[in-house]
Amino acid sequence: MSALQICLAFSSLLFAVGLAGALARSNSILVLLGIELMLNAANLNLIAFWRFGPHGSAATGVVFVIFAIAVAAAETAVGLALIISIYRHQQSIRLEEATRLKG
Amino acid sequence: MEPLVAHLWIIPALPLAAAAVGAAAPRGARRLAAGSAIAAMLGALAVSCLALRAALADPSAHLVCNFFWFDLGDGAVRLGWLLDPLNALMCVMVSLVGLLIFVFSLGYMADDGHYSRFFCFMSLFASAMLCVVVANSLLLLFIGWELVGLASYLLIGFWFERPAAAAAAKKAFITTRIGDLGFLLGLVWLYDTTGTLLLYDGGNGVLESHALGDLAAQALAFGLAAPTAVSLLVFCGAAGKSGQFPLHVWLPDAMEGPTPVSALIHAATMVAAGVFLVARTFPLFSADAGLAAAPLHALSVVAGIGAVTALLGAAIAVAQNDLKRVLAFSTVSQLGYMMLALGVGAWVAAIFHLLTHAFFKALLFLAAGSVIHAVHHEQDIREIGGLGPRMKVTAATFAVGMMALSGVPFLFSGFWSKEAILHAAADWGPSRLPLYAGLAGVVLTAFYMTRLLCEIFRGPPRSPAAAHARESPAVMTVPLVVLAVGSVALGFLGTPAFPWIQSRLSGAEVPARPLLDGGALMALSIVLVAVGLGAGWALYGRRPRATAAAPDPIAAAAPRLFAFLGARMRLDELYAATVGRLNSLAAVLADVLDRWVWGGAVALLARLGEFTGLVNREVDEAGLNSGFDTFSEDLRRAGRAYSRAQTGEAHGYLRTLALAFVVLALLVLFGGAR
Repeated sequence: MSALQICLAFSSLLFAVGLAGALARSNSILVLLGIELMLNAANLNLIAFWRFGPHGSAATGVVFVIFAIAVAAAETAVGLALIISIYRHQQSIRLEEATRLKG
Repeated sequence: MEPLVAHLWIIPALPLAAAAVGAAAPRGARRLAAGSAIAAMLGALAVSCLALRAALADPSAHLVCNFFWFDLGDGAVRLGWLLDPLNALMCVMVSLVGLLIFVFSLGYMADDGHYSRFFCFMSLFASAMLCVVVANSLLLLFIGWELVGLASYLLIGFWFERPAAAAAAKKAFITTRIGDLGFLLGLVWLYDTTGTLLLYDGGNGVLESHALGDLAAQALAFGLAAPTAVSLLVFCGAAGKSGQFPLHVWLPDAMEGPTPVSALIHAATMVAAGVFLVARTFPLFSADAGLAAAPLHALSVVAGIGAVTALLGAAIAVAQNDLKRVLAFSTVSQLGYMMLALGVGAWVAAIFHLLTHAFFKALLFLAAGSVIHAVHHEQDIREIGGLGPRMKVTAATFAVGMMALSGVPFLFSGFWSKEAILHAAADWGPSRLPLYAGLAGVVLTAFYMTRLLCEIFRGPPRSPAAAHARESPAVMTVPLVVLAVGSVALGFLGTPAFPWIQSRLSGAEVPARPLLDGGALMALSIVLVAVGLGAGWALYGRRPRATAAAPDPIAAAAPRLFAFLGARMRLDELYAATVGRLNSLAAVLADVLDRWVWGGAVALLARLGEFTGLVNREVDEAGLNSGFDTFSEDLRRAGRAYSRAQTGEAHGYLRTLALAFVVLALLVLFGGAR
């Protein structure tokens, strides 16, 4: 088993854990954590394909991933702000109860 | 300066303007309405006097001023003014008598709330009559004629809140309208034949030889010569307006109006219009005299109707108990005399009688108004009584009017004008009957007028109102005195010794004869007047009625006759049973026709429309609407189905997303996509 394949298998596992967390949890923060895990699994794939790809000398993969992490951080901030506002509104962050967009 | 005839329009225009002022003035402006009416009549009188002077300069001429009105097909309708002694005298009479009646009304109507309306209508009435008089076109005359009818309707119904007055106004309007229909037909026939309606038009007018020749040349129609038929149609109108039998029924009912209105109708305006019309169109009426083929002469009909009316009116007047109705039937009777005179060819005598009658009948009506005013609108002569000592001026002037109407010899105008009529009737060839009717009328007239005078002014007062009666104010008595003077003086202008009116009217000098040249006929009529007066005095004057309930001497002697005459010979009932019944029958027929035939057709049409509407709706709903309806219903159902997926639960979305991802991944792995 090559190093690339080990990386891909690991990232698939990571993705599956994230997906299971996002689907099974009803706490919004934990769902957000699951989503974050899936995103990082994708980032890991990007790094792996860059590291074992034909143009390993140029820093394209790293730059790409750093951008993705920055954007994900901004997304997470927005998501957490939404969760706080939902909590203020209905005294709960359970995802099953947040079914309405109407304030 | 233009000749006066071109300015004759001023005479009717002045009262018309006064009527406009009265109509526009606010209801409280009593002085303005009355003042403008009287000022207008004064102006009309002044212009009429000027016109009379101009007309007398050449009595045989007919001065005309014709003008163009509008085009009609090939011809043109022209109107015009006419000036000759006949209408100049009429103008003066109408405006003078009208003026006196207006002045009298100032006092009589003083308590009435509708003062300005009254003077507005009175002015309109006078204006319409003056228009009839000065017109030189039968069309213009007809316009004035109808306005007279309208104004009489408005005035008879002046107190329209009283049902009797409203009914009387309607009766007058409809009865005269029956006659007017004949008049209009006559005008149409005349226009059709001659192409003009101008009376005098330099040889082409309908009263001149050219047009009359055209008319005489027409073939017989309905067994009548054309001039006869046209004349009789015109006479229908005259009979309606002048209250001739059988269209006299409206005249007594017209008493429902205020008394000055009665005076105006009976003396100066409305009833005079019919006599004036026949006198005016006399050449037309006598056009058939020379026709050998004419089976019936129009003037004979006129004479017959006049004789019947004269006798009938006088007979009915004997048995009336209403002060104004006695006078009304005496008017009917006197109008009969005038028509009789016209019929026997003596139109000059008719106009002479018209003029004298205007004065003494206005006098009698105004004196009656004064009496009615004094006894608080009591009109039943049985309830009055004993006014002689209380109302000296009224009593004296009433007596003058009564003697003039009865034809008391020598001093009074009525004697001379009646004498002229009786002589003309005696000289008439075809029949002696008009003369006999006239002579019988003389006795009756003297009799009923004596009765009226005695009942009102002699004996004890028979009601509290009569006991407290006072003489009327000067504004009412002065016109009475003026009219009384006129009633006496006017006669002297037409005596055989001084035939001024006759000469001027006929346009040729009438030779003067000795004053008492009447011969046996004059003696006979004097005797008859004396008989009438004596009989009246014997029955009513010697032993005057003591109480209102005491029976009338004639009623005691011949109750059925008295009741028959008192019920106006039951002519109204006869009309109600015949013409009225026929009319209601026609109304029922029209109703049935309307309801079932025309109404049925309309209903059928409506049903048809309803049916097409129904079909239209079905097509619309079933054909067009259902397509759209199903489409939108489907759309709505689809939306509802999809919206079920939109639960709002984030997990559901995530699961769907995950499932879709797995499916996509499997597709990529095993679907052969590169």
